[in-house]
Amino acid sequence: MSDVEEKEALFSKKNRQLLINPLDSDNPITVQVLGICSALAITVKLEPAIVMSLSVLFVLSAGNVIISLMRNIIPSRIRIIVQLVVVAALVILVDQVLKAYLFDVSKQLSVFVGLIITNCIVMGRFEAFALGNTPWKSFLDGIGNSAGYGLILVVIAFIRELFGSGALMGQQVIPDSFYDAGYANNGMMLLPPMALIVVGVIIWVQRWFNPSLEEAN
Amino acid sequence: MELINLFIKSIFVENMVFAFFLGMCSYLAVSKKVSTAVGLGAAVIFVLVITLPVNFLLDQYLLQPGALAWLGDEFATIDLSFLSFIMFIAVIASMVQLVEMIVEKFAPALYATLGIFLPLIAVNCAILGGSLFMQNKNFGNVGEAVVYGLGSGIGWLLAIVALAAIREKVRYSHVPAPLRGLGITFIITGLMGIAFMGFMGIKL
Repeated sequence: MSDVEEKEALFSKKNRQLLINPLDSDNPITVQVLGICSALAITVKLEPAIVMSLSVLFVLSAGNVIISLMRNIIPSRIRIIVQLVVVAALVILVDQVLKAYLFDVSKQLSVFVGLIITNCIVMGRFEAFALGNTPWKSFLDGIGNSAGYGLILVVIAFIRELFGSGALMGQQVIPDSFYDAGYANNGMMLLPPMALIVVGVIIWVQRWFNPSLEEAN
Repeated sequence: MELINLFIKSIFVENMVFAFFLGMCSYLAVSKKVSTAVGLGAAVIFVLVITLPVNFLLDQYLLQPGALAWLGDEFATIDLSFLSFIMFIAVIASMVQLVEMIVEKFAPALYATLGIFLPLIAVNCAILGGSLFMQNKNFGNVGEAVVYGLGSGIGWLLAIVALAAIREKVRYSHVPAPLRGLGITFIITGLMGIAFMGFMGIKL
């Protein structure tokens, strides 16, 4: 019975929940309403959306671990400033790496790399989870939440790039014969307001299949 | 004249919410009632007007490539621009704290209305976004930075108050159950964004 005495297995049921829940029933964007700004602004094309998701994945999981390690020594009055400094340091790292290796994407993302600092997902998970849990759990929570964020980002970017410019990852996917037959790209999809409507529809579909998430009016 | 152009442009044409999606989190969370929306909007204007000029001066005299030239020739080649994120967010966080204390001391009535929103503002993307856009725009002097801050703040206030007013009415209509709450709010914001697109392309 030595298993019982061990604190908890690395991938116990509870820990797996931490990873899986944010993908659907506790999704950061559609349920917790965190991190909307970047989700809308950089989803015109698939490539920046993927780069953005990976950056958030790094910042959130590393930041969660750091905050969780320091959770007992941060005075609660100044915790917001401490959290901001940790995030800002991580985001500077990401920004420098992007500028060095993915300059084009970094140009497209412009200020939105910097805005990961104030991305509510990061601060929200620090406050709600990392301040009260062990580093390993916080790490899983970070991975799970940024995966949930990335999932929505990729779906929105897929829809917008496919219908907006007839391409995916910059490669044209809608055959020329379609265009010859009178098909035209929907330029509306590339404009900011459509991103909001696409998110609204995604929320609609998700709640349709999962009525427990419905809100009272 | 330039300043007026910049002012109008930052309110309507480059509206923080509809053109750049900045400050969306609090925009969606605090737009259930008009009165609270006005409070948060006022706080955002306040903080933007204070932090933008401060960050502008920091950028000019500390962070830009060659900005340290005033210290002497040997410092003229230093480029500290990679530090701008951390400097800007530190200024914003400390300014918000400072503003909160000053308002609490000298204007208790205002504090009672803004109180809960002030700390939230430190992590409002509209504030940091304002500073980062300002850095991209290469403003010439502090005046432009102040006007830009005022304009984008008013634009944000306008957007959140409009949404709050619509949401108060939507409560009385029959929205499909899965779309209630968050979903319909997104779609309303999208439609408002389409309306604001009418300002796009206006050359001032």
